[in-house]
Amino acid sequence: MAGINTTCSQAKIDRENPFKHNWLVSALWLLVVCYVVYSFNAMDLSWGRINDGLGHASDLLARMVPPNFSRWSLLLGGLIESLEIAVISSICGIFISLFLGLFAARNLMPSWISTPVRALIALCRTFHPVIIAILFVKSVGFGALAGILTLVVASIGFIAKLFAEAIEEISLKQVEAIRATGAGFTSIILFSVMPQVFARFIGFSTYQLDSNLRNSTMVGIVGAGGLGGTLFSAFQRFDYDFVAAILIVIIALIMFGEFLSNIVRHIFR
Amino acid sequence: MNAIDHHWQRFTLKQKLSRYAVYLVLVMAFVQSIQSVEVIPEFLLDAPEQMADMFSRMWPMDFAYYPVTVHDAMIETLNIATLGTLITLIFAIPLALMNASNIVSSTWCHWISKFFLVSSRSVNSLVWALLFVSIFGPGVIAGVLAIAFRSIGFVGKLLGEALEEVNMGSIEALKATGASWLSILLKGYWPQVLPAFFSIVLFRWDINVRESAVLGLVGAGGIGVVLDDSMNLFQWDRVAVSLLAIFIIVILAEILVVNVRKRLI
Repeated sequence: MAGINTTCSQAKIDRENPFKHNWLVSALWLLVVCYVVYSFNAMDLSWGRINDGLGHASDLLARMVPPNFSRWSLLLGGLIESLEIAVISSICGIFISLFLGLFAARNLMPSWISTPVRALIALCRTFHPVIIAILFVKSVGFGALAGILTLVVASIGFIAKLFAEAIEEISLKQVEAIRATGAGFTSIILFSVMPQVFARFIGFSTYQLDSNLRNSTMVGIVGAGGLGGTLFSAFQRFDYDFVAAILIVIIALIMFGEFLSNIVRHIFR
Repeated sequence: MNAIDHHWQRFTLKQKLSRYAVYLVLVMAFVQSIQSVEVIPEFLLDAPEQMADMFSRMWPMDFAYYPVTVHDAMIETLNIATLGTLITLIFAIPLALMNASNIVSSTWCHWISKFFLVSSRSVNSLVWALLFVSIFGPGVIAGVLAIAFRSIGFVGKLLGEALEEVNMGSIEALKATGASWLSILLKGYWPQVLPAFFSIVLFRWDINVRESAVLGLVGAGGIGVVLDDSMNLFQWDRVAVSLLAIFIIVILAEILVVNVRKRLI
């Protein structure tokens, strides 16, 4: 009996608690809590206002149902313009990114080409589409053109960057093999680089097509055409039932877009 | 010996046809859109002149404006992004748990969580901001909630996928000891998804810093309000200062996130 007891206590000493308390992690969580308290105070967030807001929220939701589709021609016009913006900007953006991505890949191009191209791509990526849209609305005026240019810039920032990264990860053996046959630069790109990265390029492109579809319904808020403008003016006129109708259409459009891009991705796999 | 006359083809006929169909549909959609979109050619011809005019007005930047309003607004923007990301977690973690098929097995739970995740992602953050501005009035609170609601879909979807990829061995071992579901979650799942969790949250925070910079355009607080004010007054030198501040903050946030993620993974 005594023997068993001693082995038990021995084991207790030897074995560490597998779920040891980590003081560093607790300190970090405490820091997060302190930050939340500080930022709530810094931003004048108070429960009173939140409480008030919940009342407004139920009021708003009550005014949203039933959604009002009576101005469907306005809705359809905005929807078609959004679709046009998304299609044109995606195709132009994909086409430009194909070349910019090739020029930005450090394993194919000398650094005096790739560095400036990479800087250009980074510049396209830094600003939110809405800020770019504002600048384009100033320079080309209100309407769909500003939206198209904005989303072309956004597409370049996304597709060209990821495409360049994909090219940098390719296996150089195939490039070497094609080069050994005496192929020119274009053939090297077409027959050794593209087959390795094309599926991923299609993946990025369909993702960006999706995201352009989403953004084309938003750039209208700053006057760059599409359904966003209709939505913003409905908000400003407190037509919340029309707002609900527009939101439903936007969500349906985006789900349809996801469905389509899944099909395209399936075909190119 | 009969001669080998295989003609090698990379794709089958069906694959080829479906690919050409995709290209054809794209070209048709493009041509149709180009023909029907309303572009005013005079505006396009005028564009280089207008752009030059804008940049000439932006140049010498009004740096004296930075300490007056831009600095405080920038801090507010960062607060909106951070607080929004933290509030997202309250909603996103339960939805991610509901969405992971190895944790909750009932199908209708999956559909409910999918519905919330998809609708959160489909509505743009500016639209969320518009909604919350009309509920809570203009101000920071609308911005924080817009960021939070927009991020739910992203964080919930990726976290759910990370939860589905955990190694079930240790979970089974914990179950065999008779551990409660809370212990299984905390000691079985949590340590395994920890790196993924932090990299998802940091990634979203990076995106949120960019997004919170524009929420002010619809009145939801942050640097966007300052930007909107100076734009409405055509003070392009002040606009340039705000844009520069956003540019620097976004780049700093990205550098921070990239470095922290390198340490985590």
